[in-house]
Amino acid sequence: MSGYLNGLLSLLCIDVMFAYGVFLPVMAGQLNLGGAGFQALGGYVAAYLAANYGTPIWMTLPLGSLAGALAGVLISLPLARVRGVYLVLATIAFGQVVTGLILASPTLGGAQGIPVPSFVGLPVILPFTIIVILACFYLCATRLGLAMRAVHDDEAVADLMGVSARAIQVISYAVGGAIVGLSGALYAHQFGFVEAQDFDETLSVYVLLYVLLGGVQTAWGPLVGTACFVLIPEALRNLLPKLSALIAQTLHLPIGDAKIDDSWRLVLLGAFTVAMMIWRPQGIVTRTLIERLAHPFGAARQRRAA
Amino acid sequence: MSALLEIVGLTKSFGGLAVVEDVSFRLQEGARLALIGPNGAGKTTIFNLLCGVYPVSAGSVMFGGVDITAMPSRRRIGVGLARSFQNIRLMPHLSVTENVMLGQQARASGLRALLSPLRGSRWKTEADERLAAFGLAPYRDRLVSDLPYGIRKKIEIVRAMMAAPRVLLLDEPAAGLNPRETAELQEFLASIAAEGVALLVIEHDMGLVRGLCPHCVVLNFGRKIYDGPTADVQRDEAVLEAYLGPRDSVHAETAHVA
Repeated sequence: MSGYLNGLLSLLCIDVMFAYGVFLPVMAGQLNLGGAGFQALGGYVAAYLAANYGTPIWMTLPLGSLAGALAGVLISLPLARVRGVYLVLATIAFGQVVTGLILASPTLGGAQGIPVPSFVGLPVILPFTIIVILACFYLCATRLGLAMRAVHDDEAVADLMGVSARAIQVISYAVGGAIVGLSGALYAHQFGFVEAQDFDETLSVYVLLYVLLGGVQTAWGPLVGTACFVLIPEALRNLLPKLSALIAQTLHLPIGDAKIDDSWRLVLLGAFTVAMMIWRPQGIVTRTLIERLAHPFGAARQRRAA
Repeated sequence: MSALLEIVGLTKSFGGLAVVEDVSFRLQEGARLALIGPNGAGKTTIFNLLCGVYPVSAGSVMFGGVDITAMPSRRRIGVGLARSFQNIRLMPHLSVTENVMLGQQARASGLRALLSPLRGSRWKTEADERLAAFGLAPYRDRLVSDLPYGIRKKIEIVRAMMAAPRVLLLDEPAAGLNPRETAELQEFLASIAAEGVALLVIEHDMGLVRGLCPHCVVLNFGRKIYDGPTADVQRDEAVLEAYLGPRDSVHAETAHVA
């Protein structure tokens, strides 16, 4: 496997885990735009321990995850009091506070970041990713998952059914935080360096977009969303200049300053996002889609019978 | 015999406006009681007070001899107080079976119940059996948002039944149903009552009320104006006045001025 592919898959795995960590609160109706803050915590805990104390990886990874979980519990308590756009603003603020504190702290290297001595590659990252994905699928199939989706749909009725919306929110942020923290710790070891700028709000926005565009009705969403939005832009990096050259050639257009380079892939991504919001706001993967794929003939028969 | 559900001097004001004022009535174990009255009489507010959606302004709610006036809303279904809603409130993104399994939540306590998979569990079997018993088996894997209104109403009642309640609060179960569906619903509710579940029903369809509930309580402007046999309610002066206006219109005007 080439180094490029290896690195790409490692980053994809880390992003997939990150997406699942953001997905869990979203499944319980809590939009989380502070994901990068959780990842920064996990990453910095791992980096700091590895760089200053030579802590082995088998300890930095769980500790990074634990930091994310603790942050999740702590932030979920005040967040339970706010709704809608205020909730989103509060999570953005959380991410900003984390990076702000890192930048202001000389112990954490400030703006210079921390080099991480120990390396973790795809052979470690991939199993963790698979475990996270399977765990999230499992969670969705349990009564806890059912309660989370119920709180997402109608908090008041879920409460009257005996679901503690508060407990569900705390659990979803804690488990989500643990997963994002783990992804941060893996990132620190994989990239070999952490700096606050890597965990800015753009990252939070992107990962939440992966989750929402992938679809939040099933556990497939984050996986499909992240895979699409990491791999397609990556493929466009090479394809786009070639494609534009080809078009220019066939139409006999001069290739001048207006040459389409790979920075245009972000424009395409933006246009695609808008299109999704208009035509398929529920995301790529929906429950109906999964059912149709699982029973291609059964579902159609059922619809006719009804 | 002490009542299963007893409300005493129940009062609810929203900023000085008394929506429910000093209402008292009792519901015996396994009984069927209708709560009727013109729009805005405070019927649904009473349900919301019983479920703990709003805190009461004054008065108390006793359930099975226990004062539940201050009990948090999510605990009440666990003691046996389940309800349906005036505008159906099923979870749109959950399947029928999942919605019904949500009704079991109050009985499924502990980490093991929360963290074991639902597929193939006794919970799922029980939910599917219940749906089948009420003739809803063909719909169990469908998303509720795709289903007809009458079916969704039934599912909501099945969901409430899954909590194994001792009293079921039904908020206008027949609203929006055609006569045939209403007749079906009456049969369905009678079969539930036959299991020993007490029913407290808000309903405008007097045919259903007469057929289902031997007793009724009538509210008007938040006050109780009648409490007795359903058969006699249409002969009661105060009830007729509440629905049709006073017989003597001159009286009415002076009454309003005063």
